[in-house]
Amino acid sequence: MNNFIYGLLHLRRGAWEMVATVLIALGVVMLMQPLALVLFTYSFLVTLIGTVMFIIVSHFPE
Amino acid sequence: MSDHLAQRVASATPPKLARRIRGVSDRTIAWLFVTPTILLLLAVNIFPLIWTIRLSLTNFRTNRPNNPVEFVGIENYRKILTNPDTWASLQATAHFLIWTIVLQVVIGFTLAYLINKKFRGNDLWTTLIVLPMMLSPAVVGNFWTFLYQPQIGLFNYFIEFISGVDPASFSMIGDVSLAPWTIVLVDTWMWTPFVMLICLAGLRSIPPSIYEAAECDRASKWRQFWTITLPMALPFLMLAVLFRGIENFKMFDLVVQLTGGGPGATTLLTSIDLKREAFEKWRTGFASAYAVILFVTVFGLASIYVKALNKVKDR
Repeated sequence: MNNFIYGLLHLRRGAWEMVATVLIALGVVMLMQPLALVLFTYSFLVTLIGTVMFIIVSHFPE
Repeated sequence: MSDHLAQRVASATPPKLARRIRGVSDRTIAWLFVTPTILLLLAVNIFPLIWTIRLSLTNFRTNRPNNPVEFVGIENYRKILTNPDTWASLQATAHFLIWTIVLQVVIGFTLAYLINKKFRGNDLWTTLIVLPMMLSPAVVGNFWTFLYQPQIGLFNYFIEFISGVDPASFSMIGDVSLAPWTIVLVDTWMWTPFVMLICLAGLRSIPPSIYEAAECDRASKWRQFWTITLPMALPFLMLAVLFRGIENFKMFDLVVQLTGGGPGATTLLTSIDLKREAFEKWRTGFASAYAVILFVTVFGLASIYVKALNKVKDR
């Protein structure tokens, strides 16, 4: 946990990629879930933020 | 001989051209080779993508080219993401995607595991198993509609044979609750051999010496499977999931032939919905926004998947 927070604060690739991955996965689940329309509405925004973040943070140092 | 030929070619090259060629650096030569590919990619992939994003922010309709094109901002995205029909279509796609991948991976890996054992008629069975994936999806969709016919279809008679249910009492394609399973079943029948072949390549890449060492350590078959076979075949399995996932996300031909998206909209996958919006209702701007949403989803999923695949390979 400490390593993760350290990675976030020092702009390390691993920690930020983890955040981006969680956002993408969350967005896809929100897009395809059958429970609430409001989750579906905001799914694209979450996926887009996650995807753009993933592209950017994959250039961060290890 | 070759030196002689090279000398003749060199002497035949006009001095001015020879001087120019000698002056070209390795970097320039590399760019000369790469530039056509980059231009092709720009023309075929990047330009259409940028154009689609641009169209998604307008009310453009292809069947009314003379109408003024207005910039509508994110209105198309708002319409799609608040539309219950689009939501239902994505749920149908999720159902199809999840079940086909689960079934194909489980059955494909099991078949590969069995085929990997040496037995009589091994090659014949492999050939017979891979036959379905060599057929055209449109043909498969067409002949499965006959197999699913309540009156004459063999599938219903098979169900009667194993369960005793009257074959004319149910229709796989016409029933709202059964129709989503018909497309899962046919896709699994057709593409499990593909997953099997990838898994088979993975299983055959495991060196026998590892199993021999495990035998010496008295590891049971069960333990060998969980600690050697599965971890070493995992990158191949993940590759199969990636291929099938992307392929099934844009599944079109098979389902159109089989159910046409019906009954109602129970098998209306996103690709079919998108095609209807773009080429039947001619809402080009709306359909472009729909395509961008699907693109971002697939791109995001593929990114994390490739990352996971690299991690597994490095392990």
